[in-house]
Amino acid sequence: MRSRARDIAALALRRLVFAVPVLCVVAVGVFLLGAASPFDPIHQYYGVQIFSASAEEIAQAREALGLNDSLIVQFGRWAGGLLSGDLGVSRSFRQPVAQVIGERLPWTLLLVVVGLVLAVLIALVLGVLAAWRQGGWLDRCVTAIGHALEGIPPFVLALVAIAVFSLSLGWFPVAGLTDAGAEATLGQVASHLALPALVLAVSQTPWLVLHVRQSLLTALSEDHVTGARARGLAEHVVVLRHALPTALLPFVTLIGARVPELVTGAVLVEEVFSWPGVASAVVRAALAVDFPLLVVLSLLATAAVLIGSLLADVAAAVLDPRVAVDG
Amino acid sequence: MVLADGYEPETLNPLLGFGEEGASKLFDGLVEHRADRSVRAALAAEVPQPSPDGRTWTVKLRSGVKFHDGSTFGSEDVVASYRAVLDPAFASTVRANYSMVTAVDADGPSTVRFTLAYPYAPFAHRLVLGVVPSEAVAQPGPLERSPFNGKPVGTGPYKLTEWRKGDRMVMEANDDYFLGAPKVRKLTVVFAIDDNTRAQRMKAGEFDGTALPPLAANGLSDVKGAQIIKHSSADYRTVVMPMANPVTGDRAMRLALNYAMNRAGMIQALLGGRGQPASTPIPQALPEFVEPTAQFRYDKDEAARLLEQAGWVMGGDGVRARGAQRASFTLMYPAGDSVRKDLAQAFASDAKAVGVEVKLEGLGWEAIEPRMGADALVLGGGNPFDPDLKSYPLLHSSFAANGFNNPGSYRNAQVDAALDAGRKETDPAQRVAYYRQFQRAYAADPAMVFLAFLDHTYVVRDGWTGYQEVVDPHTHGLTWGPWWNVQSWVPRG
Repeated sequence: MRSRARDIAALALRRLVFAVPVLCVVAVGVFLLGAASPFDPIHQYYGVQIFSASAEEIAQAREALGLNDSLIVQFGRWAGGLLSGDLGVSRSFRQPVAQVIGERLPWTLLLVVVGLVLAVLIALVLGVLAAWRQGGWLDRCVTAIGHALEGIPPFVLALVAIAVFSLSLGWFPVAGLTDAGAEATLGQVASHLALPALVLAVSQTPWLVLHVRQSLLTALSEDHVTGARARGLAEHVVVLRHALPTALLPFVTLIGARVPELVTGAVLVEEVFSWPGVASAVVRAALAVDFPLLVVLSLLATAAVLIGSLLADVAAAVLDPRVAVDG
Repeated sequence: MVLADGYEPETLNPLLGFGEEGASKLFDGLVEHRADRSVRAALAAEVPQPSPDGRTWTVKLRSGVKFHDGSTFGSEDVVASYRAVLDPAFASTVRANYSMVTAVDADGPSTVRFTLAYPYAPFAHRLVLGVVPSEAVAQPGPLERSPFNGKPVGTGPYKLTEWRKGDRMVMEANDDYFLGAPKVRKLTVVFAIDDNTRAQRMKAGEFDGTALPPLAANGLSDVKGAQIIKHSSADYRTVVMPMANPVTGDRAMRLALNYAMNRAGMIQALLGGRGQPASTPIPQALPEFVEPTAQFRYDKDEAARLLEQAGWVMGGDGVRARGAQRASFTLMYPAGDSVRKDLAQAFASDAKAVGVEVKLEGLGWEAIEPRMGADALVLGGGNPFDPDLKSYPLLHSSFAANGFNNPGSYRNAQVDAALDAGRKETDPAQRVAYYRQFQRAYAADPAMVFLAFLDHTYVVRDGWTGYQEVVDPHTHGLTWGPWWNVQSWVPRG
């Protein structure tokens, strides 16, 4: 058993070492894309003052901002700063990148974690119920709605949710972190979190619920389940104690694989709900070719994906001794 | 008081353009504007006056003023602020406003002297720049890196207590404000970008006021306890005619297009009636400066006559031509600005009616910029305080193709002469004469086709007294609008 733990640690270490070149490639890639983009950062820097500035002043500002330097120099300057712990300054937010991330990341984590937990709970409950009574009305509903939802992008869900729950029913506020002028108290944030988290969860649920249902159906036909039934155990014991654990294993891997979708979903949901997280900052940074912020956000997203899949693999290895850890 | 804004400032640094026209709440300039557009002393002790040759302005400073952090305001802060604007190392975005300044010096702790390269009569209007503590600009370097942008320290009637980016900004009354502590104690500005969402939340009672497009504001006319306020503005929309283009470079063509435009119809149909027709950059908000004979009427026959006279003959396809040159050109507008897009379409259809073909292209500013010399463009801007501030860079030949100034490279010796004379003249009556002369010269050889001055519409909840009507500059955000003087409002009851 000791050696198994060591193997898992070695797996994690291998993945982390492998992450370094991946992150470097992402950083260079984002930088090159930014350089090739048609947006000119000097327009972002000036804002509406660009319309009264003279050509000479704009040229001097370019010089002062280092926009005339070659790509390699600009990249070297940024990378050098990164190594000394300075993430640079965000042009679109006019504040240090570290501060932008520090202010916004907690809200994104809150949204994503609540969204993911909700998605997993909904998926487990509905998936188990659907598989348990395969072919029943609930199963048919869940399967049909699940397939339909797979094709609907999160921002459509978000707009529909606002129209129904905020504007028509008035149950939840439309957008923002708190009511206008209110402090960020627990109650305020919770009521404003409900709708975006729910939308994020629902947008992720179809894959999870259909997967739980399918693997549970497979598990229910396996020998050890048949054996349990033959021993006369109660049906709920058979489903929840014998079939579900086998079915959950691939589910854990699937959750890890869903992290990229979760990141994209968060961008769209935060944008629609004016949620002040890092994901909505992506849009603003991209439009402004705000390289220092854009690259850190891309690195964060990449890291989230890598860590997601690593955690899923480690969890699978811990849960199931048969899983090989040499990959 | 809770206000909603569709525009979030990127920075609160006056040197990067925050509160460029004053009324920033957090900062004070040496002077500030009053409702009648005149200036009055703010951080200055009295309204600054030029020396007899007009090239030196000496400003006596108010004493006993403190910044929000408790430090004392003095001449070193004024000098440091203006020097930072002028120094390219800081990359200030408002430097163009101060291109006439050659030196700023302190003359003791409470006097500052500005030296100008040439006499500049409306200079007092430029002294609204918010003064920052000298410590904030101690280190040369691009201002975008300054922590001051998000944590401003000014002398203004309000101090910033919280700015949650993308969400809201909270300001509290400055009890030590030198003109007395504001009665509206707390000012919260919520950022809600989407016009429809903002209108909904305003309707639901979440806000005490907001700015809305005219049509959205009209939808809130039945809300109890709130009223719609309309401000006229100097905010024009014009179609720039590039001189290098063989079609728009023709004076008769530009004159004809000015007559071909149904400006009243555009304002009615596209702006919900909220606007004023424009023929020159001088707005009705500067009534004494407006030249009545320089206004273009809607007269399609006159337009056709001018075109015929100049040799633009109607072709079989409904488009005129002169020799081998078809009367056809491209008009660019910033994609995403729906008002400009509508105006561009209206321009094209009115031009079509007199046999001129206009092809439309919605583009980003980066794509527009390199093409401004050859293709027409829907441009906006405006300043209600003095005719020089906008007309000079827009139409003087010395600004031809200089950044976004005078993008069509218009050159007219009479216009230049009148604009030059106006900026140097100190006698008010004589200045008016020069600017009227400028408009007559312009109208005989128009550089562009001005369409309209936009009105700004706001929804304001009752509950305060102190509102004073004002003419808005072309600014984003809620520094202007009904709340421009909120520091002197009083809660009712």
